[in-house]
Amino acid sequence: MAELKTAAPLMEARNLTKIFNVSRGMLHAVDGVDFKIYPGQTLGVVGESGCGKSTLGNTILRLTEPTSGEMYFEGKEYSKVGKREMREMRKDMQMIFQDPYSSIDPRMCVADIIAEYMIINRTYKTKREIYAQVEKLMDTVGLAKRLAEAYPHELDGGRRQRIGVARALSLNPKFIVCDEPVSALDVSIQAQILNLLMDLQDEYKLTYMFITHNLSVVKQISSDIMVMYLGKCVERATSDELFANPRHPYTKALLSAIPVPDISMRNKEIHLIQGEVTSPINPKPGCRFAARCPMARPECSQESPPLREVSPNHFVACHLEE
Amino acid sequence: MSEVNHTPFLEVKDLRIIYKTDLETVYAVNGISFKLEKGQTLGLVGETGAGKTTTALSLLRLLPERTGKVVDGTITIEGQDLATMDDEALRQMRGGQIAMIFQDPMTSLNPVMTVADQIGESIMIHNPEFNKEQILGRVKEVLNLVGIAENRASDYPHQFSGGMKQRVVIAMALACNPHLIIADEPTTALDVTIQAQVISMMRNLRDTLGTAMIMITHDLGIVAQTCDNVAIMYAGELIEVGTAEDIFCAEKHHPYTVGLFGSIPNLNVKVDRLSPIPGLMPDPTNLPEGCPFAPRCNKCMPICEKQKPGVYQDGEHQIRCHLFTGAAKGGQ
Repeated sequence: MAELKTAAPLMEARNLTKIFNVSRGMLHAVDGVDFKIYPGQTLGVVGESGCGKSTLGNTILRLTEPTSGEMYFEGKEYSKVGKREMREMRKDMQMIFQDPYSSIDPRMCVADIIAEYMIINRTYKTKREIYAQVEKLMDTVGLAKRLAEAYPHELDGGRRQRIGVARALSLNPKFIVCDEPVSALDVSIQAQILNLLMDLQDEYKLTYMFITHNLSVVKQISSDIMVMYLGKCVERATSDELFANPRHPYTKALLSAIPVPDISMRNKEIHLIQGEVTSPINPKPGCRFAARCPMARPECSQESPPLREVSPNHFVACHLEE
Repeated sequence: MSEVNHTPFLEVKDLRIIYKTDLETVYAVNGISFKLEKGQTLGLVGETGAGKTTTALSLLRLLPERTGKVVDGTITIEGQDLATMDDEALRQMRGGQIAMIFQDPMTSLNPVMTVADQIGESIMIHNPEFNKEQILGRVKEVLNLVGIAENRASDYPHQFSGGMKQRVVIAMALACNPHLIIADEPTTALDVTIQAQVISMMRNLRDTLGTAMIMITHDLGIVAQTCDNVAIMYAGELIEVGTAEDIFCAEKHHPYTVGLFGSIPNLNVKVDRLSPIPGLMPDPTNLPEGCPFAPRCNKCMPICEKQKPGVYQDGEHQIRCHLFTGAAKGGQ
């Protein structure tokens, strides 16, 4: 299955939409998002809490069903395939969850947690083969063998997240959604896990979707970055291009809001944006960011700006770019 | 002690705190000393379990009564020894002289009280002579200070967003014009754009009101943006102390500080690999005999495992590491 052409995207979404029907109305969590991820690349998805980035991650693995839109994996449309077939496909698409404290079963020991997916999918015939594989995986992610019998509560956050990584790798996936995999960890541990994820990507030619709110982390790991605001993709570009040349007012604000560990930057001008994220329930027409945008014009609150290519591979959804 | 005419606003000397249970003794804070002057901000930096919050709680004598014990050291606030204060004096001090901003605004507010009542509570306790109108007047004043419209005073916490709740918590802290604010990770629960708003607001308030502040955080970015002095804490010890310039610009650093900086992905340079600190923080119930950082340190020498390092001092910059003290140079 490895004879993929580099030109064909591994994962593609077209006009992907997820609307939750909640008591107060329609919650537009993901609203018409398009993206392509090529094999071996990492798409970073950034945005503030409530912008729909986790829903996006869940939707492309069909952990929540999309409301509309198309999703392709290796060229195959899978948004409507049956449960059984989806389960088969999910072997190639795995997820690393945000919180290593709540995403693993506290009553299972480390080896059993890592073995579980392989047992469910009957990857190997015998238990011995499975546990031999568990041992290999533990070695890959840097967990000592003596921890195989340990329970999650005996381990710290960094080690627990390594279990999550080993489990995601256990079915030899091609694509992994990493949903804030380091945000619950201390900085020194965060760097260890990020290095691990980057090493694994090189070794196994993995493709990642990396969801985070931490812009410095996303720059470190991503080849492309998508900035989301209230369910919409407002800007998408290569990582270098986005940081060098942000075009959307929200991206600019987001970038200038990062506190830089350098005191010479203490008096730098911050594009402080006023107000807070508005509700994604029954959103008003027009640009979702208009209410907080310092450069908003009358047309911004009337018509939603389409995502336009402003320079090669740099897409912005803003009326100012017309 | 030699300074006759000047006592610092807050002085902590050789503070040691343990948590003692039947099963084990956790050595949370192991002999830290620092000073804070009026109007200054001290950044207390460290990872989970370094003892930052324990230090903060001890400044208000809020350690859990049964387990937490200050075994040694003194805390002096405006010339008053904290250990000798009685309950009444403590009550006056908490929320009056010293106020605390807790980490998580979602849980530090009472969900069944209106915001005005919660802010008013401390005003009422510290100013018994105030009548209702005066209290409400002051509540509105502080809400204005933190940028919340007066007409939201009678709302309940759930009607506010995360950033607004944190503003309410800050308003509560400011209500009685404290001389010192202890902010325990005030922005960790917030999004970046909101974090930027809250930090710039706190900076403005400090500049206009002249309040001293202790900023507890693990984010060196926030420290760089807000603090005058920085103390880096590891396993209950202050391993490096200095002005912000010392910590961010000086040449000599504790290997842990170097490791912390190496662990942050840099926005300006993209490197292939980050350089994390290997290993984990030592178990606080069983600390190593010598330098607590020795097991993870890439510059570890034989002496580091046996003997606690002394302090290397250069002006206000202090580093607790054998690399810089005379003892090591002689031994090498």
